[in-house]
Amino acid sequence: MSIIVQNISKSYNNIKAVEDISFTVEEGELFGLIGPDGAGKSTIFRILTTLLLANEGTVSVAGFDVVKEYKSIRNAVGYMPGKFSLYQDLSVEENLTFFATIFGTTIEENYDLIKEIYVQIEPFKKRRAGALSGGMKQKLALCCALIHKPKVLFLDEPTTGVDPVSRKEFWEMLKRLQQKGITILVSTPYMDEAALCDRIALIQKGKILKIDSPKNIISNYDKTIYDIRAKNMHQLILDLKQYPSQYSVFAFGEYIHYIDKKADFNSEELLDYLQNKKHSEIEIHISNPTIEDVFMDLTAIQQ
Amino acid sequence: MSQEKIITVKNLTKTFGSFTAVNSISFEVNKGEIFGFLGANGAGKTTAMKMLIGISKPTSGEALVAGFDIKMQSEMVKKSIGYMSQKFSMYDDLTIKENITFFGGIYGLSRIQIKQKTVELIRELGLEEVADKLVGALPLGWKQKLSFSVALLHEPKIVFLDEPTGGVDPITRRQFWEMIYAEANKGTTIFVTTHYMDEAEYCDRVSIMVEGKIEALDSPKNLKKQFDVASMNDVFLKLARNIE
Repeated sequence: MSIIVQNISKSYNNIKAVEDISFTVEEGELFGLIGPDGAGKSTIFRILTTLLLANEGTVSVAGFDVVKEYKSIRNAVGYMPGKFSLYQDLSVEENLTFFATIFGTTIEENYDLIKEIYVQIEPFKKRRAGALSGGMKQKLALCCALIHKPKVLFLDEPTTGVDPVSRKEFWEMLKRLQQKGITILVSTPYMDEAALCDRIALIQKGKILKIDSPKNIISNYDKTIYDIRAKNMHQLILDLKQYPSQYSVFAFGEYIHYIDKKADFNSEELLDYLQNKKHSEIEIHISNPTIEDVFMDLTAIQQ
Repeated sequence: MSQEKIITVKNLTKTFGSFTAVNSISFEVNKGEIFGFLGANGAGKTTAMKMLIGISKPTSGEALVAGFDIKMQSEMVKKSIGYMSQKFSMYDDLTIKENITFFGGIYGLSRIQIKQKTVELIRELGLEEVADKLVGALPLGWKQKLSFSVALLHEPKIVFLDEPTGGVDPITRRQFWEMIYAEANKGTTIFVTTHYMDEAEYCDRVSIMVEGKIEALDSPKNLKKQFDVASMNDVFLKLARNIE
């Protein structure tokens, strides 16, 4: 096991940020912490990277205890925090050299690992880090986190606020790093990225709702979701919410995802109801659940 | 939908030194429309939006927002619009009530109006129990809902939303869009940016900016047809990838 987290809790002034969380990450695994802002993801990252002490519980990373052997962990892991934390006044090259030196290595020694990412920012190596675009900052931060060839890579919300194209490229990059044997723990609020991880933990309000592979989470989901649409989507949401046996109604891209309470749900009856409400261009058909559907259902149950 | 134009943009351009951030964009937004303004990071969205809300002067070109010229009448533009972004939310160390009062004052509402609006807004959002708590203690999703309502305090004709749902949990994200729908139904025009492509589907029309230019503008349905793909995500990937 590369990461073993056992029953950790952390509170800030009586507010529980993380409550009795346990999970393990295998060597070479790409593991995702999936949850919105305030779920406790960053607190977990800070505990695992030895920057914060948990109130309770034990953690080991790369075989070392986070409390007793924190120095060994710091040498063995790379950490990219959610907030850009490099030196804004140093150039691209200077930042990278700085981090290499801190870890007692050189850019040349581990160049293979970062090469593919670094060539994309190399044309700007003399530019101050503060003057880089968002996407380039992110690539530089990843290079700096990798320069000492860590066993475990921690990436806290690397794609938040990043456009879909850059997000896709970033994940392709992660997959290639994983193939080089690096264990990766990554967090994201984008549910569509969950599908790209080997296993995920769904987190909300400091608690883990579920841990499994994305595939299993979806195949174990036992409710039937219907895709529904009509000409006036706003009115459709309002009317579906008034339907007596509705369980949940959520806008979902071009459709509304509808779940009914009744086991013997008949979509013809719902169609009649919507036609009586003067809807036109109505479509109703069974949909494939996504991680986001499962997450919303789990959090709705919790609330 | 009425076809009255609430925003008219003609050849709007902004350069910084030798760099052209916004390159002669032209488009119109109808009254009461939910208009999605999409693009990759660095495509020029924020620069364009800053010009439209009257806080940045264009290098060339022109735009009318709510009937006012953004160059000559930027103060009138500011009074006619609401604005919220993911970054600028509210004052964390003021209470919910204090924030509403403060922004009501900024927007020039009378004391009586502010009082009425405060009661209304807190009731609509179901925040009665926490009205005297600091905004900083609210979860992000609630802050964003509150922030949206505050941007509407002075009943603007248009509200500009800059990535309003970034990082917000999936359920609250839906509730936020239901608020947007309801506001658009009242006739308020919504101008919104987002990186969630499912949200692009909720817009009446969507424009996609690539390297300073608007490369596509149509309803989500027509864009998907035009690019022969199944989702807005694919439209976006196709457009932005092709350019690179």
